[in-house]
Amino acid sequence: MEAANSPTLSEVRKTPLNALHRRLGAKMVNFGGWDMPVEYPPTGGLVVEHKAVRGGVGLFDVSHMGDIRIRSGRTPGGALAAVQHISMNDASQLAIGQAQYSAMLYPQGTFVDDVIVHRLGEDDFLLVINAGTRQKDIDWVRQNTKNFDCVVEELSDAYTQLAIQGPRAAEVLQKLTDADLGRIKNYWFTHGTVCGMKNVLIARTGYTGEDGFEIYVPSDHATSEQVWAKVMEAGRQFGIIPCGLGARNTLRLEAKMALYEHEISDTINVWEAGLDRYCKMEKGDFIGRAALERAKSAGLTRTLVGLEMVERGIARDGYCCCNEAGETIGVVTSGSPSPTLGKNIALAYVPPAMSAIGTVVYVEIRGQKAKAQVVPTPFYKRARKAAPQAVVSSTARTL
Amino acid sequence: MAYPANYRYTNQHEWVDAKGDVATIGITDYAQHELGDVVFVELPKAGTKVAAGKSFGTVESVKAVSDIYAPVSGEVVEANGDLHNAPEKINSDPHGAAWLIKVRLSSAAELKSLMDAAAYEAFVATKGKEASA
Repeated sequence: MEAANSPTLSEVRKTPLNALHRRLGAKMVNFGGWDMPVEYPPTGGLVVEHKAVRGGVGLFDVSHMGDIRIRSGRTPGGALAAVQHISMNDASQLAIGQAQYSAMLYPQGTFVDDVIVHRLGEDDFLLVINAGTRQKDIDWVRQNTKNFDCVVEELSDAYTQLAIQGPRAAEVLQKLTDADLGRIKNYWFTHGTVCGMKNVLIARTGYTGEDGFEIYVPSDHATSEQVWAKVMEAGRQFGIIPCGLGARNTLRLEAKMALYEHEISDTINVWEAGLDRYCKMEKGDFIGRAALERAKSAGLTRTLVGLEMVERGIARDGYCCCNEAGETIGVVTSGSPSPTLGKNIALAYVPPAMSAIGTVVYVEIRGQKAKAQVVPTPFYKRARKAAPQAVVSSTARTL
Repeated sequence: MAYPANYRYTNQHEWVDAKGDVATIGITDYAQHELGDVVFVELPKAGTKVAAGKSFGTVESVKAVSDIYAPVSGEVVEANGDLHNAPEKINSDPHGAAWLIKVRLSSAAELKSLMDAAAYEAFVATKGKEASA
């Protein structure tokens, strides 16, 4: 047996909770230069973690994510103008306390990274970025905001970022904060006291396709471990367990959320990735816009689709897609068994002509063609909170 | 989980149980633990030739695909069909019911180069130290 993910010997970075993960018996991997927990076998491992988040609640250390704050200099509006220039969504539409999914693009209309833009104040924005692209992103932001009256600050190492995810997440976090979480809508945030600490950023965001929160607490070791322990304690009655990057990946895949270097990269553009609704061409100029305009009129040569395996086999990242004749037509960007659906699913780039729901596509698995078909995405969508139900009829019948 | 004293082991974490000229091959408890929940197994059909040190199949967890290497050379006489529908047996009984293939040995001498249980246990103990360093 040979493990696919062997850690490299180059210098790896650690979050403030690294020692805790090891004490918990986590299996660690090198993820984008970070020594991170992939799963916690003593508490059940990946599939159990995945199901905890879908059905209850799970806790993730996502401190490897980066944070960039952009504030206006002397000119009001300087920060907004900068953010508008470097990102594709329309940040002017954000109210204070609101966040949006967006991306930073190269002039070719391809991805520097995807980001969540938070509007902290009229002239104050926080961009949450990926771990593996941190340095590239910060350099890119500094370079491309030079001509704007704004101050760019990297705050990545100032925060321990915890994600509390799952249908019971709000109940767990509510025990630890004075903020009224019921008033925070999806993709909104507030500042409140958490575990006795004032002014903690609490955002109703996540990367799981489930309800949940991300909190940003001071990154010192003692605080980080203390908050982790308090969240675990508060979540005990709901069966909270620590969750690793393995479950984070299967959860985001089911929800069709993009992962950098997989569904999005410096060679894939916005239209191909199907992220049109987060790209506001009408907002004014921004980096990548002109190329996207041209790409739109040229038409697509590939598009991202969801696949479900029909025949036995698991499509994996990088596997080729082919047609019945065996000719290569595309590539799998992410593939895995889906713990929620009990099926083998994948995201893949294929020609638009092969992207209709129900189209048969083959995935080449170790030299063998395995049949798959295009299915609607996201593979999983959480149920909207149901309105309180009327008393069920079975009760009525007994009366 | 104890490593059976009568088995031989490889540094790729496969085990061999040779009886006469037929050897049963599987992966070790250490291997299944490293893999996590096994969800898929691909094994060669009876009649397939396997060569020592060469991959003869794959075991997949949710997260990863792992090649399985033949500890010895020979011809497959049987593959464990039960694993097709119950790959998770590899996690629960790696040294027993979840054997992978039975092979008719072409060179029994190959067994001599493999580790015995004590040597393998010592080998995985050093692995454990690396992992927690």
